[in-house]
Amino acid sequence: MLKALLARAHQGHRTMAYPAGAPPPMPERFRGLPALDPAKCPEGCRSCADVCPTDAIAKDGPLALDLGRCLFCVECVTACPEAAIAFTHDTRLATRRREDLVLTGQALPLADALEGKLCRLFGRSLNLRVVSAGDCNACSSDVNVLGTVGWDVGRFGIQYVASPRHADGLLITGPVTENMRLALQRTYDAVPPPKIVIAVGACAISGGPYAGHPEQHDGASSVLPIDLFIPGCPPHPLTILDGLLRLLGRLEEQRRVPRG
Amino acid sequence: MTAGGTTRNGRALALKDVPSLEPSQFRGWLVNGVRDKGRRVVSYFGAASNAAGGTAAEGISLVAVLADDANGRLSIARTISDGTTFESVVPEVTQAHLFEREIAEQYGVRFEGHPWPKPVRFHHSYRKGYDAWGRSVDAQIPPGVLDFFRVEGDEVHEVAVGPVHAGVIEPGHFRFQCHGEQVFHLEIALGYQHRGIERALVGGPTKRTLPYMETAAGDTTIGHAMAYAQAVEALSGAVVSAHAHAVRGIALELERLANHVGDLGALAGDIAYLPTASYCGRLRGDFLNMTAELCGSRFGRGLVRPGGVGFDLSSDQVRDLRSRLTVARTDVTEAVELLWETPSVRERFEGTGTVSPDDAEALGLVGPAARACGIQRDVRHDFPAGIYRFVHLPVMTAHHGDVNSRAYVRWLEIQQSISFILSQLDGLPANGTRAAAGAMRPDALVVALTEGWRGEICHVAMTDAAGRFSRYKIIDPSFHNWFALALALRDGQISDFPLCNKSFNLSYCGHDL
Repeated sequence: MLKALLARAHQGHRTMAYPAGAPPPMPERFRGLPALDPAKCPEGCRSCADVCPTDAIAKDGPLALDLGRCLFCVECVTACPEAAIAFTHDTRLATRRREDLVLTGQALPLADALEGKLCRLFGRSLNLRVVSAGDCNACSSDVNVLGTVGWDVGRFGIQYVASPRHADGLLITGPVTENMRLALQRTYDAVPPPKIVIAVGACAISGGPYAGHPEQHDGASSVLPIDLFIPGCPPHPLTILDGLLRLLGRLEEQRRVPRG
Repeated sequence: MTAGGTTRNGRALALKDVPSLEPSQFRGWLVNGVRDKGRRVVSYFGAASNAAGGTAAEGISLVAVLADDANGRLSIARTISDGTTFESVVPEVTQAHLFEREIAEQYGVRFEGHPWPKPVRFHHSYRKGYDAWGRSVDAQIPPGVLDFFRVEGDEVHEVAVGPVHAGVIEPGHFRFQCHGEQVFHLEIALGYQHRGIERALVGGPTKRTLPYMETAAGDTTIGHAMAYAQAVEALSGAVVSAHAHAVRGIALELERLANHVGDLGALAGDIAYLPTASYCGRLRGDFLNMTAELCGSRFGRGLVRPGGVGFDLSSDQVRDLRSRLTVARTDVTEAVELLWETPSVRERFEGTGTVSPDDAEALGLVGPAARACGIQRDVRHDFPAGIYRFVHLPVMTAHHGDVNSRAYVRWLEIQQSISFILSQLDGLPANGTRAAAGAMRPDALVVALTEGWRGEICHVAMTDAAGRFSRYKIIDPSFHNWFALALALRDGQISDFPLCNKSFNLSYCGHDL
């Protein structure tokens, strides 16, 4: 017992100050929001598009990168002769609309808060049922991590609940395998309305590396309406938290900078 | 008895040098190898008949790899089946049970005499028109719908859990036959995570091959990527630098640390011992963040590449990693030792979810689940490759086969892994991240083994005449171990299921592929 108390004193208080204070620092090699500079693209060059494992990069017109497909690997950066693509440390990636995830060099339109009644209902208390539908356990793990003491997502009134009947919505990871399609649909049906759906990770948004496989359905939007897209492979916990807080209108900066 | 061919971990051999036996000889070789010579089934899979160097259009090839752990040798042989039926080896070789079920599902071969011939992942056969259960090509195959083993009698009841179950966890279906709290039998039906990886690997490598490997089991990104890299390097003759070997070893042990520490915390959480649950939950993240220092990704994405590593380790990073690891070692030791010193924890861990050594041997368990039953089995020790050829790690075992032993083996391995990484950081060879991996050898086969944190990861790659993959077989350690979880629950209490499940923490997606 004494040891347990000593350990408690030594391990200390570990919940991060964010969002009131600074977010945890990202490692030097971290790959967050890609910065595109289409002006640098040599005429007719397709090096990045050709090496991209998920065909997230379009080069038919001006350079465009679909964050919903991006695995945040380094293939395009390595292949580009002119450094037209670079990963920044910006962890804010979540959007409300699928089409907003296609970058063409403009600023990413980050997610707005839920509208009116939904925001009032869920803004200070959001219970989510997490459904893994073919994910590789990386997205699941970093969704789960938000429940640990360092992140303590409970302080925002966000909880992962065991029953869909206790939930306000679903958080989905994985491309939605054919073998999980029915279970996912039934879980959704069991959530009482009004309800929201959040897709986390490249697989849940687009199928990720499994896009096109007949064993899956290219992401959750094939089955359900999605209210929030959080890209990444997997998204950093800070990216997931940022997305959730934006959706609930809980970030100071959202209130300070009205979107044009 | 006809001998199979012999190979080693990560050594390519020409397909023609893989002995092709008559079906009865093949069966005899397999049974004799396991039953009489103490070998272990590492892999047993089907392939299109022309994939294994044959020319017959009809039928399929069967390939098996057996491990002689004591001598570090792999025994290998193949045969051609007519593609409709084959005599099961399971009555004599229990550990082949899931391999045969998988071949039946993938290639439509019925294994005669198999005591438990059920689907594994619930998908259509790779060979159109051949189905081991006689289902038509356009029949729906609903997952989890099968002939579950049932116990009947007064007050016996059935509990069905999943695929969507409480907690943030991958989907699987668990069917318990209970008498009150007591579990008579548990049957596990998986396949919900099936994404078609093996089917998609044929004809590769393509630009998606590495992402497939890195997400086969995403919590084992380094382990599977290393097995893949080793296979490609063997087939292409690429020489990996000493620096890259060391960085891979560091990353593999960091992956082990993150998962072992996280699981010890989760075990504490399952019995409501919150101190260790809280501390280890945080510390797991510290280890993931160390991996992110190496390569930018907490899960090691982009680090292991055929021919070497995608990122080197600078001297600044070495210093930083060493100091982080030293702090983490102190914190983890404090957090985990609370478990062994708290009577209520020991009371819940000891004697719960016991797997006997005999069952462990019969099922061919791998990883900490095997070592917790006193079995000396560790790829890093028995089939060393890469850095493990130069740095020898002792095999950590415990002897009761229960939750406590599985937890304690993890703790012993945590200490080993930290020491290993610190010693690697002290003498890190300079230079050389990645050599070009050229074209792969045609008509060849390689078996690549890596000790992931759950145990033995086995990849078997076969190439066609053009040097492309004609078959790529992945065996995640979970594939060997899921049945042990079912046995661990026998005669236990159903309320102990979460604790038992977490003590194995097997991969659903690694099994389902």
